[in-house]
Amino acid sequence: MSGDAEGSRLSSAPPPPPDEGDHVRGKGAIVVIEYGDYECPYCARVDRMLAELPVRRVFRHFPVTSKHPRARVLAAAGEAAASQGRFWEMHDSLFGDQGHLDDPHLWRRARELELDLDRFEADRRSAAAMERIQRDFRSGIRAGVTTTPTLFVEGERFVGVPDAALLGRLGG
Amino acid sequence: MIAPGSKAPDFSLRDQEGKLISLRDLEGRTSVLVFYPLDFSPGCTDQLNIYQEVLEDFEAQGATLYGVSVDSAFCHKAFQEREGLTIPLLADFEPKGEVARAYGMYIDERGHNERGFVVIGPDLVVKHVHKSPTPLEIPGANLIFDALAA
Repeated sequence: MSGDAEGSRLSSAPPPPPDEGDHVRGKGAIVVIEYGDYECPYCARVDRMLAELPVRRVFRHFPVTSKHPRARVLAAAGEAAASQGRFWEMHDSLFGDQGHLDDPHLWRRARELELDLDRFEADRRSAAAMERIQRDFRSGIRAGVTTTPTLFVEGERFVGVPDAALLGRLGG
Repeated sequence: MIAPGSKAPDFSLRDQEGKLISLRDLEGRTSVLVFYPLDFSPGCTDQLNIYQEVLEDFEAQGATLYGVSVDSAFCHKAFQEREGLTIPLLADFEPKGEVARAYGMYIDERGHNERGFVVIGPDLVVKHVHKSPTPLEIPGANLIFDALAA
C-alpha cells in the first residue's frame, strides 16, 4: 500500500471529482462530497441533514479505526451491499441504527435487504472492498481530511456539522 | 519559531514507557516532532488517530513520528492505550513545556502546546516547521507528507 508508485503518495491534492466508482445520489446543481465513517454519530446526523437538501451527494469512506474499531468492517459491509446494487440501502440502515453494528447485526441487515448472504460474506472480506475503501480514505488524507464528517462543497472544506450559513447555501 | 536550516534544539524527554529519548537518538534518520495541546482532548485525539492510520506510509518515507505534549509519561501511556496509538509520545512535563518553548510551540497563557510539527533531518537540522493558525486547526497528514517530499 505504501511506496513510491504513482497514486500511492499522500501529498496534498484536492478531492477527486465524482466518477463512476463513486456512490452518488440525489439531484441538484451543487455537489456535496462527504467523507464519513459509519461508527461516527456526527456523520449519521449530517447524513440525515443532507438527505433533506436539493443537492447531489457523494459518499466516501473515511474509517478511523484506532478511534472506531468497527469503522472499516462497516465500510466493507457497505461495499459488499454495493456489489449487489444496494449500497445506499445498507448506508441508510447503518446510519439509521448505530447501536447494532456487530457481525450478527450485519447479517440481519443483509437479510432485510434481501442480499445473497454468502456472497455478502465473501464480498465484505474481499481485497476489492478493501481497495475501494482505501481509495476513498487516501483521497481524503490528500485533501486534508482530519476528522469526520468533512464535507467538500465547490472546492471548499467544511468540518463537522454544517452551520446555518452552509445549510442556506445548500438550499436548506 | 525556529527556522528551517537551524540546528534542532537539544532535548531529552521520557516516552510513555518512561524511556529517555534525546535529540541525538534521532541522528541518522528523518524525524517528525508532532506538537499538540493535551492528551484526551477531542481535537488531539483526531490528530494522532489520523497520523496513526497512515503510519506505514510515514515509515515508507523513512520518517519516524513522535508526539510531544506537556502531559506526563503515565498519562501518555493511558492515552496511547485508549486510542490504539503506537506513535511514541514524549512527556515535556518538567520543567513544563521547556522543549516546546525551545521549538517555539508553547502557548504561555494557556499552559499547553500549539498544534504543529517540526521535521528534523538525519543531520539533526530543522527541515520544516508548521504551526496551525489556532490550536483548533489540525494539520492534515498531507502537510507532513508535503514537507517530507520537499
